Amino acid sequence: MESNNIGVLMTCPMNSHLEQELEKRFKLLRLWTVRDRSKFLAAHRNSIHADVGNCSVCANAELIEALPKLEIVASFSVGFDKIDLAKSKEKGIGVTHTPDVLTDDVADMAIGLILMVLRKFCESDRFVRSGKWKKGTFMLTTKFTGKRVGIIGLGRVGMAVAKRVEAFSCPIGYYSRTEKPEIKYKYYSSVVKLAANSDILVVICPLTEETRHIINREVIDALGPKGVLINIGRGLHVDEPELVSALVEGRLGGAGLDVFEHEPEVPEELFGLDNVVLLPHVGSGTVETRRDMADLVIANLEVHFLKRPLLTPVV
Amino acid sequence: MDYHQKQQSPSQTLPPDHLLPVLVIRSPSMPPFFFFKSHLQAHFHLLDPLDASEPAHSFISRHAPSVLALLCVGNTPVSSETLSLLPSLKLVVASSAGMDHIDLQECRRRGISVTTAGHIFSEDVADFAVGLLIDVLRRLSAGDKYVRSALWVAKGPYPLGLKLGGKRVGIVGLGRIGSEVAKRLLAFGCNIAYYSRKEKPYVQYPYYATVTDLSTNSDALILCCSLTKETHHIINRNVMEALGKEGVIINIGRGALIDEKELVNFLVQGRIGGAGLDVYENEPSVPQQLFAMDNVVLAPHAAVYTPESLEALQELVVGNLKAFFSNEPLLSPARLE
Repeated sequence: MESNNIGVLMTCPMNSHLEQELEKRFKLLRLWTVRDRSKFLAAHRNSIHADVGNCSVCANAELIEALPKLEIVASFSVGFDKIDLAKSKEKGIGVTHTPDVLTDDVADMAIGLILMVLRKFCESDRFVRSGKWKKGTFMLTTKFTGKRVGIIGLGRVGMAVAKRVEAFSCPIGYYSRTEKPEIKYKYYSSVVKLAANSDILVVICPLTEETRHIINREVIDALGPKGVLINIGRGLHVDEPELVSALVEGRLGGAGLDVFEHEPEVPEELFGLDNVVLLPHVGSGTVETRRDMADLVIANLEVHFLKRPLLTPVV
Repeated sequence: MDYHQKQQSPSQTLPPDHLLPVLVIRSPSMPPFFFFKSHLQAHFHLLDPLDASEPAHSFISRHAPSVLALLCVGNTPVSSETLSLLPSLKLVVASSAGMDHIDLQECRRRGISVTTAGHIFSEDVADFAVGLLIDVLRRLSAGDKYVRSALWVAKGPYPLGLKLGGKRVGIVGLGRIGSEVAKRLLAFGCNIAYYSRKEKPYVQYPYYATVTDLSTNSDALILCCSLTKETHHIINRNVMEALGKEGVIINIGRGALIDEKELVNFLVQGRIGGAGLDVYENEPSVPQQLFAMDNVVLAPHAAVYTPESLEALQELVVGNLKAFFSNEPLLSPARLE
């Protein structure tokens, strides 16, 4: 099969380096540039052999059904909650993601968020820039070293978060589907128990049916008015309206959020709070890592069309 | 009157006349009820010139014969002039990590002991330094602003930041704070090197004999040294040029460690990558040109201000004063070289 005739569908803009590299090797079709998507897909249904998506739009059942020649879905993300895995398996479609290359950046950002919330960097930066420092002193903030950190999900990123948190002498607890006996951190058999025994709760598990709204009212109450929630997983991990009312009413001490239920929309009630840090889904957002992720997507596509084993299949 | 013989047990609540006097030196801009005042008043008779109706000078002179100990609040200057008003003075209790506002030479000459805030702030300051570095590289404060101004909706994805892992971090001053910073950044996969007056024998990080050399071989500099005559403007134009246009400077030491005018020029001209600053040459004045920059994070000298650090400071201040009046070893004496 002539490489340049292989149609690769890209669902949305995600990285210009990736686009350039895809264009060199394949016939790149940019789904977001057309007005009538179904018409477009129908017109190209026989030439699209690969789909490249990300954590916003990837490959749901509808898209998979529309592309009978689809052989591989390569996600520009580590999460695969926007891919219908069952349907892909049914059709014999390979699915890849980008684990490991972004582990460090996401873990770094988790710590960044913790420090930002506890030490109020955003608020104090506003304090200086608005001239308020000339009129008074800034408020006290909360120490991070030594605080109890609870991690939900001890996969690659969860372990990387734990490693960093250890350097701040924080006791670490975790919740996972099953206890990991080789891990030295304290295991809690429920998220509520973990929350009740943590000062800071970090969400970093995959988004599945079971983990949807894993942070609910009960967990928020257990974390309490001095507790801080850090979400670097997916917006849907958290019952967002519950979280917002808990923060507004002071029932939760603070939150650092990189993900939201309806990105890029963020509940406006949070904008006026100084104990909340809001980021535009930048967990893997560095020049170096996005490039590495792009290279991994390309490499997976290349090996697939060379009929060699996928490098980072979703297992 | 020999106070060491006549001292009362400080733990009893006694009327002011029976408590040992401690002169308080604080600047007028400081809040009148500085946080550990009530705790101290339970143990000592605080003499605060700013609370008196008479001019400070005459208040101090009047009480001078009975003043053996002085408490310096924050970075209020304790000059040789102030010291000369206190002929009986034997102890200066500082309440900050930095000592650059106290005439240590004069204290040494007079045989006056000085106590510092020791290492109680080190963890908070190290945490703060790491936070500033992540913030600058990953543009987190700017990202939060982006979301709150509804730009995520209007303009789409936020510009990419720079990865922390693998960065070469140069620590200027490997004291307690510098060591705590290094320990944390190792966990993020940073490569640590340092500059110090002298190489430290048991340290595993590479040593550079000059700050310029360190800078040439670093992606980020973190200033953790104290301010002295030698370290004044230790970060100058040469150092910044050596650091380069992707380089980042984090300052949690003292403003005067950096030639601030040059720093501003370098930032404005894009000759340096970014900066995270908690201290400035003329606090609370901050160069206005920095306000519009996304690659700069500004904090109001806030690194030590957590309830945990302040409580520990309170214990230490009271502990040092009690030790002094009981003729016991001071808890955190400064080395007066």
